[in-house]
Amino acid sequence: MKAAFRKLAVFVALAGASLSARAEEVSVAVAANFSAPMQKIAVEFEKATGHKAQLVSGSTGKFYAQIKSGAPFQLLLAADDETPAKLVKEGDGVPGSQFTYAVGKLVLWSPTPGFVDDKGEVLKAGKFAHLALANPKLAPYGFAATETLKALGLADALQPRLVIGESITQAQQFVVSGNAELGFIAFSQIHKDGKLIDGSYWLVPAKHYTPIRQDAVVLAKGKGSAAVEALAGFLKSDKARAIIKSYGYEL
Amino acid sequence: MALTPDDWSAVWLTLKLASLVTLLLLIVGTPIAWWLARTRSRLRNVIGAVVALPIVLPPTVLGFYLLIVMGPQGPVGQLTESLGLGRLPFTFAGLVVASVFYSLPFVVQPIQNAFMAMGERPLEVAATLRASPWERFVHVALPLARPGFITAAVLGFAHTVGEFGVVLMIGGNIPGKTQVLSVQIYNHVEAIEYAQAHGLAAGLVAFSFVVLLALYTLGGARNTLGTGQ
Repeated sequence: MKAAFRKLAVFVALAGASLSARAEEVSVAVAANFSAPMQKIAVEFEKATGHKAQLVSGSTGKFYAQIKSGAPFQLLLAADDETPAKLVKEGDGVPGSQFTYAVGKLVLWSPTPGFVDDKGEVLKAGKFAHLALANPKLAPYGFAATETLKALGLADALQPRLVIGESITQAQQFVVSGNAELGFIAFSQIHKDGKLIDGSYWLVPAKHYTPIRQDAVVLAKGKGSAAVEALAGFLKSDKARAIIKSYGYEL
Repeated sequence: MALTPDDWSAVWLTLKLASLVTLLLLIVGTPIAWWLARTRSRLRNVIGAVVALPIVLPPTVLGFYLLIVMGPQGPVGQLTESLGLGRLPFTFAGLVVASVFYSLPFVVQPIQNAFMAMGERPLEVAATLRASPWERFVHVALPLARPGFITAAVLGFAHTVGEFGVVLMIGGNIPGKTQVLSVQIYNHVEAIEYAQAHGLAAGLVAFSFVVLLALYTLGGARNTLGTGQ
């Protein structure tokens, strides 16, 4: 037992040494909706620069609270543009480092082929019990969904049928498990490896909602780090942009 | 720290849910506890382990399975739909069912311990006095197990009030129907509305403390919670 413990300690020490000997590691907080494309980008980033990006995926609101409490993140890829601006204003983000890395698109989606038509008429016909969306107070996509319902004049009529997930991930989960027939989620969520997944969807016209700008910002803990700067630059590269586009984002 | 109407609605809904669940749990839990305390069946350990599962499992596991089982493809979902009751997720009834599962061990175990602690003797004496099994249960076992019942009711109630993960998974956050206190606090924290989160969270801390203090002071917890003596 004791010997095993000693072996483990040696292993941990060696692992730590090999890490510090290698190139820098960047700690990145990534909005949940951008987690899949970011994993791909991180692989390309490591190939191109030798630096490693350590990704933590979660909700932007939670990241804000964690960053305020001293979380070790160096770069934030938020789901909105307000949180990065707020962090800069409050001194937790580096001034001038904020930029839009993707613009999200809203879809109305059902896993059932043919259920959602390409004009969103399914909402007016109302042949469903539950319509899932993300909490509009917490998630920009949820807010965009309520804007869309208002624009279509259906907000009041559909109110009793709305079920609210804490994030777009949960909204999608309600739909995938069949408990809600359809839901408003991010276009990126119905992409897998750059291809559309099964089901039917309506790509909500941009005129119905405020553009979902997803901004990145360098955080105070990443200030002056070459690797952080390299990653921020890499997000604007053609290679990264191609990956971002293949997941249904605009730029 | 002014609470919004939605906050008050969440408080009221939580109290309603916890009261109903506690009542149902006492009704469902008592026979289970009685059986577990007295049976010599080989199934005893199996049933005991099943009842205790929610203590060990993360609420997300329970919520995930409930979402699937109560969904349109799940057995419970198909049953409730064929009975014309509709589906359980996103409804108050669904939360009640989920909470009964989730809080079951917190009610069954204290009652079971109380039944076991009193032993065979009082019941045998009652039997020699020609008390029927039902009379022995109502007039001997129930009064003797009273501290266990108090602990069970308080823990069942408090545990349901504190429930979060399961509700988050199957509730759908609907004000007045499934938006309970813990979820509302989470919403406020996520939305960076810390003042409102404090209003509710501090209230919940105070409430929980008073409940536990009352429990320990009443002495009901003596045999079953391992504190006091």
